[in-house]
Amino acid sequence: MTMTDAHYKAPQVAGYADVPLEEKQRLFAEVKNDIRFADYLYGCYECGICVAACPSARFYDFSPRRIAQAAAREDVELFYQQMQEDIWECSQCFSCLRCPRGNNPGGIITIMREVAVGNGLASAREALKAYSRIIYKIMSTGTQVSPDMLQPDAFPDWGPETSDVSAHLDLWRRALPPETLHTTSTGWAVADKTLIELYLIWHHTGALDMIADVDPGLHAILAEVMEERLEEEGIEL
Amino acid sequence: MTTIPVEALRRKKDHFERGEDRRALEDPRAELLELEAKGELVVQRIDREAVSVATKYGREKRIQKSHLWHHKSCGQCGHIPGYSTSIFWVMRKLGYDYVDPRDQTSCTAWNYYASATSNSAAQAAVAVRNFAAAHETGYFPLIHCGTSYGHYKEVREELIRHPELRAQVREIMAKLGKPLVLPEEIVHYSEWFHALRHEIKARQVRDVSGITVTVHPACHYYKLVEGDAIYDPDIYGGQRTAVVTGLAAELGADVRTYSTWFDCCGFGFRHILVQRDFTRSFATLRKIEVMKAEADPDVVLTHDTGCVTTLDKSQFAAQAHGRDVGVAVMSEAQFAALAMGAHPYKVCQLHWHSADYRPVLEKMGIDHEKAWAEFEADLQKLRSGAKRFLDWDDVDG
Repeated sequence: MTMTDAHYKAPQVAGYADVPLEEKQRLFAEVKNDIRFADYLYGCYECGICVAACPSARFYDFSPRRIAQAAAREDVELFYQQMQEDIWECSQCFSCLRCPRGNNPGGIITIMREVAVGNGLASAREALKAYSRIIYKIMSTGTQVSPDMLQPDAFPDWGPETSDVSAHLDLWRRALPPETLHTTSTGWAVADKTLIELYLIWHHTGALDMIADVDPGLHAILAEVMEERLEEEGIEL
Repeated sequence: MTTIPVEALRRKKDHFERGEDRRALEDPRAELLELEAKGELVVQRIDREAVSVATKYGREKRIQKSHLWHHKSCGQCGHIPGYSTSIFWVMRKLGYDYVDPRDQTSCTAWNYYASATSNSAAQAAVAVRNFAAAHETGYFPLIHCGTSYGHYKEVREELIRHPELRAQVREIMAKLGKPLVLPEEIVHYSEWFHALRHEIKARQVRDVSGITVTVHPACHYYKLVEGDAIYDPDIYGGQRTAVVTGLAAELGADVRTYSTWFDCCGFGFRHILVQRDFTRSFATLRKIEVMKAEADPDVVLTHDTGCVTTLDKSQFAAQAHGRDVGVAVMSEAQFAALAMGAHPYKVCQLHWHSADYRPVLEKMGIDHEKAWAEFEADLQKLRSGAKRFLDWDDVDG
């Protein structure tokens, strides 16, 4: 170990595999080549305003300043460590846009997360472990959270009202005056034609295939659901 | 004597100098119209009476009053439906027509910010598909969710800046038989409430002067693409967004400030669903307890899906640790609806909330036990099969 990499954790301590420098450079290049990257990073005064405003920095060993700096310096070793350890702590509130230099550390993290997902990094697998149901819901129904998710065993910390909602769900939904809100498995009633168009968007933009590595089972289920529905409409991909 | 290598330093800085094409867009509307003139996209115009308001750096923004296409919110419709219902109810009471579409998907940005299982092209295509659907009806889009609003502004910037993204989205839209459409202004529902606060005040029937309010401004409303949010020099000296506060003050509530107003609520997108220890801690320690210590509010008003959910739901577990919590949380749309005489359960659907809202109702002079009995009587119609669904006539009857 050289002096320069002495502060990085050994793979057996870090909990993820180290990779050759070239692989780290490739991942960094993928982030840097994203069209949003140049809009998100201009340089860094090291003033720390982003850290002062950051909610995640208060509760985790996390710093939006270090994210901006690693990206600006093209420090691919630190960048790789952040991809594996830091990026999923971010709250994506974009309080860090208070940056006097006009940086967007939260936006850089959005891209880093996408690259972590697309390349099946250990951190992405871990972060999305409990998240499959949500991805299934948004990609297959076009709404992110649904009334029937409000189950007391899923949200025990939300108080007894969650049990009340769950127990009376169908009745309380039918009591809502807007016609579109009588649903229980989606936030509102989404038209069939609209869903077909959404499925085509997921296919044509590669968004569906992004999860192929990180969650092959979920990817297979979603692909089947969408292809079946598109076939019914006589649409061939 | 030291010679400062100015030229060398300047060369090093070149990489980070913002060219004109990378500066914040001063007037996205003008950019859109320019692109439309070149045949790159279609701009949906404001075509009904509008109210002019000022944005952060002084640009005029027009808020169309009627003929609106309601872009609903996943979290509002799914978990706090009285939020959406109150928006519709207030609009109906003021006599403005609208469409509540089925041809609408989520903006999918909650997932984009939480799991990153999407990309810029997909996000832009989802946004434009929804805008094209609104354009087909002739109704102007009104965005319910703060995250949808913030994200759509990001998408608009990306589409304006990147011709290759426009080309990709145009190609996808062509496959759907739609043009690339963007509205001339991206408008959040809380901007509509702010712009129409005098009309809302004119229909007020309940006194809220005895109610102390703190406001949580939603991050994705005013931090994402900040130049588009509404500011007013008469509200916080123009140093914070004017929405929500402007309405609460207009209605006569006692609006008080607190030191952590800039902090987010702790929602975190992925955290609220799969890492709630962070969410609960942040919401209670940095927001609710600070508000209680410094302002002692009866109710926290906010204007986004995640903020209502987080601040409301995070308080229950904190009681087990003896924390100083226990403040009602609702949207300013629900608060305004109550002030205008809305039913707390039939319209505002407060039984979906967790923190105790009943003391606020009592201060408004509402008998919540009687109100619940009225709601139960309506539910009985559904249980007995006399009606399959309740509708707006039941609510206002």
